[in-house]
Amino acid sequence: MTNGNAPKEVALGHPCGIMKILIAVTLALFVTLAQGKDAVPMAADEAVEKRMVAISDELRCLVCQNESLSGSHAELAQDLRREIRTLIKQGKTDAEIMEFMVSRYGDFVRYRPPLKATTYLLWFGPFLLLAGAIAALVVYLRSRGRRIAASAESSETTLSPEERRQAEALLKQSEMNESENKR
Amino acid sequence: MKRFLIPVALFAMLVGFLAVGLRLDPREVPSPLVGKPAPQFELPRLASPDQKFAPLDMKGKVWLLNVWASWCVSCRAEHPLLVALAKQTTLPIIGLSYKEVRGDGEIDAGKIASGDELQLAQKRANAWLAARGDPYTLTALDLDGRVGIDYGVYGVPETYLIDKAGVIRYKHIGPVTREALDEKILPLVKELEK
Repeated sequence: MTNGNAPKEVALGHPCGIMKILIAVTLALFVTLAQGKDAVPMAADEAVEKRMVAISDELRCLVCQNESLSGSHAELAQDLRREIRTLIKQGKTDAEIMEFMVSRYGDFVRYRPPLKATTYLLWFGPFLLLAGAIAALVVYLRSRGRRIAASAESSETTLSPEERRQAEALLKQSEMNESENKR
Repeated sequence: MKRFLIPVALFAMLVGFLAVGLRLDPREVPSPLVGKPAPQFELPRLASPDQKFAPLDMKGKVWLLNVWASWCVSCRAEHPLLVALAKQTTLPIIGLSYKEVRGDGEIDAGKIASGDELQLAQKRANAWLAARGDPYTLTALDLDGRVGIDYGVYGVPETYLIDKAGVIRYKHIGPVTREALDEKILPLVKELEK
């Protein structure tokens, strides 16, 4: 790449991963320092903040896709959290805010995708696989049982009198060997 | 014989799934906006911020909306293609300058007064276009990225193809490539211009 800020154009902000953990740990070290100061009263915003976090917990950050919107430090996530705060202050319901996000970014932003024609496979696919696996198991066990029964049957009938004598002689011999060994 | 067919079939299935799965890009989120009217906005133009641009101005035309920023490295990669496209065709390309100042991680946006932001964005965007060529019919300035949110922008560059009625017909995520242009965008433009 041509310069140092290469990941930015896709990531729109901070890179995901180790750097972020480092930053988080560093920031955590400052928490105790920050607590020494007077708390800023935020009673009015507390309710808004709580709802914002609850909503954004349900949403995927488009930049760091395995993070929720509430936990992401990506710049777009900050923008979207600000947007959610604004919508809450405008008196929008949670459902309306969810609709706002889905209409822009699609069902993909929701961690709990809705049940509809395009998501049937997503919801029922695992159960389909399970049913298939159980069916395969049943078929296998049945054929195995049949095979064992068949082979038991056939071995009984196919042993000729000559073979039977040989087998009995062998058994007797091994019994004798055993009793000799014990002595 | 049958005993070998089963593992071979399972392996073929696995290869099939991987062949499809590994080609999918999880970054490419299908946009729900395709097939919907392009969200309306009114933003200052880069050349003359007192004048506004709105998608309504483009009614009756097939056009491209290209989201870019001077801090975006991929935009640099796709830019020559847009410049060539502007020369070859009459397809209007409208630029949407996305968070020109705030999006740049090297600038502390909090330290910039709101009046200065517009000027700084203008300066940076103009310098970038002067150096690399300006394929845009005009560029609109989305300083805070609010219009970007309405368009579902989550990475720059992104490009939208909008038809005569103002409906989004195609969205390209990431830098526009020659293949995307030849195989998807231009054939669609031809069809829409009929």
